[in-house]
Amino acid sequence: MFALDAQQLTKVYKGGLQALKGVDLQVEEGDFFALLGPNGAGKSTFIGIISSLVNKTSGRVEVFGRDLDRDPQGVKSCIGLVPQEFNFNLFLPVFEVVINQAGYYGIPRREAKARAERYLRQLDLWDRRETEMRRLSGGLKRRLMIARALVHEPRLLILDEPTAGVDIEIRRSMWSFLRELNAGGTTIILTTHYLLEEAESLCRNIAIINRGEIAERTSVTALLNKLSTETFVLNLRGRLSELPELGGFVLQALDDCTLEVEMNRDHTINGLFDALSRNGIEVISLRNKQNRLERLFLEMVDRRAAASEVGA
Amino acid sequence: MSDWQRYWVTFETILTKEILRFARIWVQTILPSVITTTLYFVIFGRLIGDRIGTMGGFDYLDFIVPGLVLMGVITNSYSNVVSSFYSSKFSRYIEELLISPAPNWVILAGYVAGGAARGLVVGAAVMAVALLFTEIQVHSPAVMLLICLMTAVLFSLGGFINAIYANSFDDISIVPTFVLTPLTYLGGVFYSIELLPGFWQGLSLANPVLYMVNAFRYGLLGVSDIPLGVAFGMTLIFIVGLTVYSLSLLRRGVGIKT
Repeated sequence: MFALDAQQLTKVYKGGLQALKGVDLQVEEGDFFALLGPNGAGKSTFIGIISSLVNKTSGRVEVFGRDLDRDPQGVKSCIGLVPQEFNFNLFLPVFEVVINQAGYYGIPRREAKARAERYLRQLDLWDRRETEMRRLSGGLKRRLMIARALVHEPRLLILDEPTAGVDIEIRRSMWSFLRELNAGGTTIILTTHYLLEEAESLCRNIAIINRGEIAERTSVTALLNKLSTETFVLNLRGRLSELPELGGFVLQALDDCTLEVEMNRDHTINGLFDALSRNGIEVISLRNKQNRLERLFLEMVDRRAAASEVGA
Repeated sequence: MSDWQRYWVTFETILTKEILRFARIWVQTILPSVITTTLYFVIFGRLIGDRIGTMGGFDYLDFIVPGLVLMGVITNSYSNVVSSFYSSKFSRYIEELLISPAPNWVILAGYVAGGAARGLVVGAAVMAVALLFTEIQVHSPAVMLLICLMTAVLFSLGGFINAIYANSFDDISIVPTFVLTPLTYLGGVFYSIELLPGFWQGLSLANPVLYMVNAFRYGLLGVSDIPLGVAFGMTLIFIVGLTVYSLSLLRRGVGIKT
């Protein structure tokens, strides 16, 4: 059974904007799934339809075998949503926000309090339980949105740009929490338009949506294998007097001590180091010039944009 | 746990949230109506009322008590729901409810009950103030309470519909200013419609507030311009109509979904 099965999903907004053009997407139960796409690609519309915030124009959605049209309450009870924008009553204290959300799902108050305490502790918010929402920082609000989305213990957690505007430390702790949650059996779908590192680091499967259509749907590993070349930036121990000729590698000096190397997938890092050593060049450290997924993503989006321009 | 038990928890959650909301800001929500009606009692009752004499066989001050109580109920029920629901739309925390499995009728019932609660609290406060100025013997507490509750429910529904259509904070003040206030003032709060010429008497019958004020006046004083059954019947028809309309708006997601 799929956690999510969307078929031929379309959405035409008033005014004629076609945000989704027949999207088919299946997400396996237990998956950690990334939905990538540039701004305006249709990610939030897609998420909005699944979570009942947006009315679909046509198509079908099933969540754990429950049809959104026939059993909307069944579908809603399976889903937890962490939206992109903050959507709190800013004058309520943290604890009350989570307890109210549990109440909306029909969870009795005593049970709601116990669950709220559990998730607030897990997300390091328990000490802030009496704080009004408007006094929380952006990062704490993001974490609270996760606690709120989990209080009814959904089988499918959807996170729309979950770490937007969050500092690195909080982002890492959120990633760690989400990994544990997924390991515990919760299916997770996250969307992102810029933090591709997030998708590469967390997700097993991925779909790229562009202009309301699924451009690619595969595993993260398979997608990364599509990269024909990779570019590394090397920090050198000594000064580079002359750019050496290395067969199979394209070299460019960024400055006297920094070298950029483009290599295709037939070559290995070991081979690169051997060749550099033979030329008396010592490497202190290296890094990817660009996130690999980001590069692929941009290539795909550019390709499809070019194709649609030709088609037009 | 049955569906009905879950629905009850959801209803209770919305209602508690709404009551806490207006209770936290009681200086803005409860006190103004009490002060305003106290002024009405002082000015229209004591200062001017003595010169008016009697109306419907009662001192003018006694005659206006039911209308003033109901005016508090009407404006507060309406404004509670319109401001609370519109704020939840504006700040998008209505999404907390929309993504939950709460049925539309439970959401509506929760907000309407919250509005009715504020209306009744203000109504009781105004009544308490009235008792400082008059010595009214309540004619029928059951009629009084029932029409008070029905009025609170009806205008909470009105506030809900206003909030659904509102796109700005201006939109939630237009209806109270240009529709609700005239309806209330022309609904027989300060006068008996028997004082009006024939045409205006007929036109007054299209005003739902008239039925409620008169039913409430019957409950308090035992007199009414409108037969009691008609007053209750009309109020009930308005309640059913607005309930069906509100549920239809929620089902289609008007104003809350794209």
